[in-house]
Amino acid sequence: MVTLTIDGREVQAEKGAMILDVARDNNIYIPALCSHEGVTPYGACRLCLVEISQRGRERLVASCLYPVEEGLVVKTSTERVNGVRRMVVELLLARCPDSEVIQDLASELGVDKPVFRLEEGNRKCILCALCARVCQEVVGVLAISLVNRGVDRRMTTPFNKDYSEACIGCGSCAYVCPTHAITMEDIAERRLIKWPHNQMEFKLKKCKICGNYWAPEKQIEYIAKISGTSPEEYEVCPNCRE
Amino acid sequence: MNKLSSPDELEKLRKSIIKRRDPNKPCVTICGGTGCLALRGERVITAFNQEIKRQRLETKVDVRVTGCPGFCERGPLVVIKPQNIFYQRVGEEDVPEIVSETVLKGNIIDRLLYPDPNTGKKIIYEPEVPFYEKQKRLIIGNNELIDPTTIDDYLAVGGYTALSKVLFGMSPEEVIGEVKKSGLRGRGGGGFPTGVKWETCRRAPGDTRYIICNCDEGDPGAFMDRSLMEGNPHSVVEGMIIGAYAIGGHQGYVYVRNEYPLAVRNARIAIKQAEEYGLLGKDILGSGFDFSIRINRGGGAFVCGESSALMASLEGKVGEPRAKYVHTVEKGLWDKPTNLNNVETWANIPLIINRGADWYAEIGTPRSKGTKIFSLVGKVNNTGLVEVPMGMTLREVIFDIGGGIPKGKKFKGVQTGGPSGGILPESLLDLPVDFDELTKVGSMMGSGGMIVMDEDNCVVDIAKYFISFLEGESCGKCVPCREGLKRMREILTDITEGRGEEGDIELLERLSTVLIDGSLCALGTTAPNPVLTTIRYFRDEYEAHVRDKKCPAGVCKELVTYQIIEEKCPGCGLCVKACPVEAITFMGKKKPVVLDQEKCIKCGACYDVCKLGAIAIK
Repeated sequence: MVTLTIDGREVQAEKGAMILDVARDNNIYIPALCSHEGVTPYGACRLCLVEISQRGRERLVASCLYPVEEGLVVKTSTERVNGVRRMVVELLLARCPDSEVIQDLASELGVDKPVFRLEEGNRKCILCALCARVCQEVVGVLAISLVNRGVDRRMTTPFNKDYSEACIGCGSCAYVCPTHAITMEDIAERRLIKWPHNQMEFKLKKCKICGNYWAPEKQIEYIAKISGTSPEEYEVCPNCRE
Repeated sequence: MNKLSSPDELEKLRKSIIKRRDPNKPCVTICGGTGCLALRGERVITAFNQEIKRQRLETKVDVRVTGCPGFCERGPLVVIKPQNIFYQRVGEEDVPEIVSETVLKGNIIDRLLYPDPNTGKKIIYEPEVPFYEKQKRLIIGNNELIDPTTIDDYLAVGGYTALSKVLFGMSPEEVIGEVKKSGLRGRGGGGFPTGVKWETCRRAPGDTRYIICNCDEGDPGAFMDRSLMEGNPHSVVEGMIIGAYAIGGHQGYVYVRNEYPLAVRNARIAIKQAEEYGLLGKDILGSGFDFSIRINRGGGAFVCGESSALMASLEGKVGEPRAKYVHTVEKGLWDKPTNLNNVETWANIPLIINRGADWYAEIGTPRSKGTKIFSLVGKVNNTGLVEVPMGMTLREVIFDIGGGIPKGKKFKGVQTGGPSGGILPESLLDLPVDFDELTKVGSMMGSGGMIVMDEDNCVVDIAKYFISFLEGESCGKCVPCREGLKRMREILTDITEGRGEEGDIELLERLSTVLIDGSLCALGTTAPNPVLTTIRYFRDEYEAHVRDKKCPAGVCKELVTYQIIEEKCPGCGLCVKACPVEAITFMGKKKPVVLDQEKCIKCGACYDVCKLGAIAIK
């Protein structure tokens, strides 16, 4: 265990834990969009920047990636930190004017009107890659990823097609998306997942007992395959199982 | 060839190579570097080989295709040894005469000599060329002495003595101590003390350590690493083996851009030859130390020059940087301790070991030791590679070695350190060039680019160019770099196209702060330098664009008009012919031409052809 100070409060933490997690455990708020407990930290949104003092020098670090150490002094909301956060939000607001999450963050940080030209169309994706990371690290199928470089970067399926062979329709991407740029909807026997640049439909499996559609058939096949279980075991939904 | 299995065998081989070579035998050395090849040097090489054969001189005259000596402006370069007669801008048609007259009779061919632009004096011998005279060519000097594809040439100039010295006379700690004492700092841009890096990597927990040579030079206009890898790859390989021994690594990687085909080829040949000689691979020189090197070709993404992105790329992943709160010397390639240095840094190592850290530390400034190779390009008379001791002033580099600005134009600024370096004005010409001095004034050493600009360059336009370059090369992972550079480019475009508004300069400054403070890697944190320095040193030029909608340098098309100065125009009609859109009308002899502003596309063709200065840009 190490002892560190966050915003003047002395806190204890596991050695090697990240500042952001330690702060959250202690109910200290640090805004962040690209971090999620399910995947490894990435450090892309830069909202979680905090100021640390080291050898008499202050510097900004991404709290999602910076491991705590004994005697570390962290300030989560200095003028310098807030300056960066405000500009990051201004930049994101221009990129994703339709995102309510970004709009709320903007008003929280005192950004009242957009400084930059707004992007065209319904843009909500901030390119945090949480969807792709969860698809790779948690689901393990790599059905979607970020493609291209820099300003041309976007989230899409392989070869940008409306159908991704690898996608099992689990919807984890929609679940973790911080700005609701990915949506998922189950309508009767089909599931529709909408990504910013394409969409895909999945056939849902009907429970033999209750008749509810409970999971995409592709997902069930995948689970059966990786768990080595028989597909027959999935004829019944979890609610109706003995 | 049997593998060398002891230092004695290496020395014996070296002696026999030197003995076989007659220092008085005529030798034609031709630059085989990319610059000279681009100037049809290949044909000159072929012509020499054919002519020597035709005159049946194969046994009497040697022909050696060497690495780049640096004076690219004057290529193709040919030096006739042993006299060191220096011929420049040589064409294939000159070759028979050079062989008959100079090689065989020692006669000088006047038209091929280099005329000193300042005195007009023709210079006969290579060391007397002013471009070389003021340099201190410790690293690049060997380029012109050796054929990079022949390991014997490298051995003949003392190659691999440092390796032998290290393997059989120094402990790894002593090697690290020597490198630390030399004061060598990384030549790739960061300027981190090399010895300290090695030491940290050696001490990092773990059994496997990797050694990497970064040859992913991507700065526009920079080619020092390229020329070293093309021209003297063994010096880099030798440096890497010494580093591996000191750090305790057994596998090395050379990450080289695929756009550098000659560098890839020569590095590959060098590695193969070193393996054949027992200088690389298992049990090097019978010392028991193993080290091998693999070449990996990069796809040309600028960001892959950043160490963590380079390592991701080596691992087969997308070349994106990661935060380096845990340094790559501790967790780098495949999470193993990894020591990465740039080409030039590695090439310094044999020199330090051979001549000693004390000798090395005498060169340079208190905190920047040794020499630095710069690629001097842009609006300067002598473009090429320049190696000077740290601490030489910008003025000496640009004016004494570089020969000043072409066509008598006025110097405006120089950008040091590549696309994310700062642009420094005339008032800083006497700045001694070293890591810290450049940082103090808002620029950086970078990997050694030096782009000279004259009065015809608009600094806002230049800043826009570099920001666009960096925008295109940003990997897009973090928000400040991806979105911030895009917005900076938008604002700069607005300013150069007459849509600049009050507050734009301040917004650029605010965005810059956020890139510096908030970006994930050094691409983003250094990217604002060209903008910040041009605002700092040339603010009036920004203000002229924003407030008066004028471009003082006459570059930004939307802000200038071309006008005929009637009293100067004799109606010669040259501009009428040059105009691609028929915007200029011929009004008869001795009558000034008339320019239609509606049709004019501001291409500048008329301005370029007019010899009488009758066209003004306002």
